[in-house]
Amino acid sequence: MRLTVNGTEHVLDLDPRTTLLDALREHLGLTGAKKGCDHGQCGACTVLLDGRRVNSCLLLAIAHQDSHVTTIEGLDGHPVQRGFLEHDGFQCGYCTPGQICSAVGMLDEVDRGWPSAAADDDPLSDAEIRERMSGNLCRCGAYPHMVPAIRQAAGR
Amino acid sequence: MTTTTKAVGAPLARIEGPEKVSGRARYAAEYPVDGVAHGWIVPSPVPRGRLTAVVADPTGDTMAVLWHGNAPSLAAVDDPELAVLQSDRISYRGQPIALVVADTLEAARRAAQVLHLEIEAEEHETVLRADHPGVYEPETVNPGYPAATVHGDVETALATADVTVDVTYSTPALHNNPMEPHATIARWDGDDLTLYDSNQHPSGVAATVGEIFGVDRVHVITEHVGGGFGSKGTARPNAVLAALAARVTGRPVKVVLPRQAMFSMVGHRTPTLQRVRLAAGRDGTLSGIDHQAYSQTSRLYEFAEQTAVVTRHMYAAPHRRTGHHLLRLDMPTPRWMRAPGEAPGMLALECAIDELAEKLGMDPIELRIRNEPSAEPESGVAFTSRHYVECLRRGAERFGWSGRDPRPARRREGDWWIGTGVAGATYPTMAQPSTARVRALPDGTFEVAIGATDLGTGARTILVQIAADALDVAPERVRIRIGDSTLPRASVAGGSSGSASWGWAVTGACRSLRDTGRDEVTFDSTELVQRQETEGRHAYGAHFAEVRVDAVTGEVRVSRLFGMYAAGRILNARTARGQFLGGMIMGMGMALHEEGVLDPAMGEWVNHDLAGYHVPVHADVESIEAAWLDETDDRINPMGSKGIGEIGIVGSPAAIVNAVWHATGIRIRDLPVRLDKILDGLPAS
Amino acid sequence: MKTFAYRTAVTPADGLEPGAVFLAGGTNLVDLMKLGVATPDVLVDVNKLPLDEIADLPGGGLRIGAGARNSDVAADPRVRRDFPVLSEALLAGASGQLRNVATTGGNLLQRTRCRYFMDASKPCNKHTPGSGCPARDGDHRDLAILGASASCVATHPSDMAVALAALGATVRVDGPAGRRVIPVTGLHRLPGDTPERDTVLEHGELITAVEVPPLPFAHRSTYRKARDRASYAFAVGSVAAALDVHDGVVRDVRLAWGAVAHRPWRAFAAEERLRGRPATRAEFTAAADVELAAAEPLRDNAYKINLLRRMTTAVLERLAEGARR
Repeated sequence: MRLTVNGTEHVLDLDPRTTLLDALREHLGLTGAKKGCDHGQCGACTVLLDGRRVNSCLLLAIAHQDSHVTTIEGLDGHPVQRGFLEHDGFQCGYCTPGQICSAVGMLDEVDRGWPSAAADDDPLSDAEIRERMSGNLCRCGAYPHMVPAIRQAAGR
Repeated sequence: MTTTTKAVGAPLARIEGPEKVSGRARYAAEYPVDGVAHGWIVPSPVPRGRLTAVVADPTGDTMAVLWHGNAPSLAAVDDPELAVLQSDRISYRGQPIALVVADTLEAARRAAQVLHLEIEAEEHETVLRADHPGVYEPETVNPGYPAATVHGDVETALATADVTVDVTYSTPALHNNPMEPHATIARWDGDDLTLYDSNQHPSGVAATVGEIFGVDRVHVITEHVGGGFGSKGTARPNAVLAALAARVTGRPVKVVLPRQAMFSMVGHRTPTLQRVRLAAGRDGTLSGIDHQAYSQTSRLYEFAEQTAVVTRHMYAAPHRRTGHHLLRLDMPTPRWMRAPGEAPGMLALECAIDELAEKLGMDPIELRIRNEPSAEPESGVAFTSRHYVECLRRGAERFGWSGRDPRPARRREGDWWIGTGVAGATYPTMAQPSTARVRALPDGTFEVAIGATDLGTGARTILVQIAADALDVAPERVRIRIGDSTLPRASVAGGSSGSASWGWAVTGACRSLRDTGRDEVTFDSTELVQRQETEGRHAYGAHFAEVRVDAVTGEVRVSRLFGMYAAGRILNARTARGQFLGGMIMGMGMALHEEGVLDPAMGEWVNHDLAGYHVPVHADVESIEAAWLDETDDRINPMGSKGIGEIGIVGSPAAIVNAVWHATGIRIRDLPVRLDKILDGLPAS
Repeated sequence: MKTFAYRTAVTPADGLEPGAVFLAGGTNLVDLMKLGVATPDVLVDVNKLPLDEIADLPGGGLRIGAGARNSDVAADPRVRRDFPVLSEALLAGASGQLRNVATTGGNLLQRTRCRYFMDASKPCNKHTPGSGCPARDGDHRDLAILGASASCVATHPSDMAVALAALGATVRVDGPAGRRVIPVTGLHRLPGDTPERDTVLEHGELITAVEVPPLPFAHRSTYRKARDRASYAFAVGSVAAALDVHDGVVRDVRLAWGAVAHRPWRAFAAEERLRGRPATRAEFTAAADVELAAAEPLRDNAYKINLLRRMTTAVLERLAEGARR
């Protein structure tokens, strides 16, 4: 089985049942993507698959051998990471890599003009950021600090 | 001696921040350990009965299937739930009754799913009722308060009062659900045991697990913890099972709880039924308060939540009574969840006060101020500091309370009914003995070491600030080591006492090093801490909520949530804000979203995942703010700090529930407030 | 998760060997496999099939490839302009991450979120026929009030399917026995005595596309969803509607409900009642009541009757107001 992660192609001998998340965490030592629920209900496992944000816990690695995966480890120094640091957009840190990957994917979606259920005129209004980031749970409740972090990263 | 700018109070950024945003911070399950095998817990599928046999698929690719029929004996400890795989008794659905170990996660999980269990199921009981014949009064409630108190004659006060309130509020089972599941990697080297474990108390976990396995050297590594909110305060079954499996297989073993298991074996907040009766004069002066709380515990272990204890010191009244009543059920053991006692207790008390204000036609803030006590009403002990009234008054100004029309269902904006509500907040100020060590290093820096943990509270950063001030150096010259049981023993990260307890020891060590000029000092705070009074020490606050209720669907949104606190000296303005807001957001979840949905026939909370158990998402949190008074209290600890980790969830649910009443005229007395409870009572537009 | 063989589909008509299932986005299937509720022997990956195009149909309709991702459909300018109800329904569902992976065909075929179905350790006639339905006496607050049976009270969880039902969309199906076209309203079965079968599809049949027929007045259409938190939650009730009002009279209307039945519930009786009647609040409520007369609520879900009545009235009123402007 082949997996291309952060620009590096890996050849692995994996059980076909292995999810992309478990391949990253258990076999490639890339533990930045987190397992919070393992069922697509928390967003902690968010990575970018060919640039799109996805829940890696619900993807079978075997089905994504031709894709390019970007994990938090591949984003070193990204403006969203700096925004989270500057605005204290986290506490325990467990949801944080997923939040950051999700925000990176989300900002690209905004650039492409994708709508959200918030349906604001400004796609980066507070309400829009909150709605667009609602697929990432944070039990510490660091949400209010993420909004300015993300807005800053968007250059706003 | 040089004088430096004080570090304590400054909004220092989290020291471990760069590790967390880059994904480099390692949590328990993430340590690379050669040859690690995977353990998967088999939960009991029945709430009560006996496990008589376990039959594994002989063709399965497992290394071991452990159950009470083949597991090695373990020494008993205080917590019977840690006696895993030791007995045929099943005491709740979800109890670990077997463990499958395999080379891969995938193989272990499947083998556990198809494992054949022979079980003699028995009749079970899982519903908390106040009129159940099995209800009893425990001797004490967590962590050691008397279960009942009586002062004066509350019945006569109620019978002769101008105005009375007699209401019953209920709260459901709530589940901590930190984002990081409980997890352990266990490795034996001879009789030395290493545990990479997610917990709030590495020294405590090391001691407990050592006792269970009869070994002295247990090394618990807890560098980063993905939240706990009380559920990781003590060793949980995952730690024992991982160590057990590693012992049996001779391999390091990793056990990570699936999210579903986090609704059973790691504790939860008990459901409560609470009857609150208030007696008052026309002017709002309380003559009597009665708060009786019913909660549940398991067959295995008595955990009695201190639900009504908060009523003992909140408001003045000559006649008063509080009591706790417990029922044992075939359900998991409730344990600590953020502000055990205060969170559900203040929901009932502060909603009842709001109902009294309505009956009196009095502003709910004025009613609270009218009943401000001059000393602890039951103990008579003076408060070390209490600025509750200031929180209410200053908070009201900041929130914009004045001019509020007290009548419900008057404010309509578009599709929404708008209302505001207020509720008080309080949390006891505690400290536990801890030990810290500081070393002066040749490069001019100082290494502070203490077996504390940082669950996201900012502890690591705050301890650096405390040490810097005590050493009289800049924080950049202090290096901190925590999260390891081989460091000097620290108390649990719980009870909002971490900063006070650890900071006390760190202050002692650093001051001693500074004063004596020695290179290394270890300081044990036990004597100092034990000399302290335990009464009269509390943080206070006031929560204000503005909600809007959809006039069509009854959906509730919290437009504004504001907390004003008086919690002693704030050690780090940046991380403190996160603690307050996080507590308030969890309080919003308690008010509106969270509920373990019990199926009595199954004996289980059936919504046991994060799609079924709703915690607040980002879109739920609109305008939210926290502020605090500059409170000085030099009688509590050297930092003058009160705990802040839990007070945000105390009273914020009541403020929201009271605001829902103000918006709609509907009193919801069974949490959570959801549209199905509101819909039929919505005012006509 | 049971072990499985994995292969890639070559053509849509390939079909499936016994024990095989198609894998599209997998956001629901992989979830259920982990839970041990879905136990396929073979996964046939259809993601490489060229089924993700969104194409114009003559007269103003759209053909949406079954492999088109939910996020791409929601963002498509034609969908947003001509069928806003569909874009809104998609955006009301799941999360950004899930919408990026979930497909149009897979969304239609997602299985119920009934808690008993999603737990292999509990009885459920849908995952283990004949084992019983604990939801009837247990937790059913979120479950069906219409078209349920003694053996199953599950609801279909999709938001998108509700919009498609309202729009009169059809699904194109391919398989070893040939191609066929099924209306979305006829794709999902009612549970009856065989709740283990969600849809009328035969083993090996693959949805290749959804066709949304031209519906000029659907540019004035909308989706409203009630749920227990502000986002990232399944509906407790939802309404998809399009309304054509002329001189204050309802010329045509399309109405469908979500989270009330085993399938997206097209409110045909309500539509019939409304056509030709004044576009007034009272008439909207009366039409909803006609449809809701058949409701058979359980102990804890009767609130859905009031919820759907109120939501339907409000949604149609809003559309009627828009028509007056």
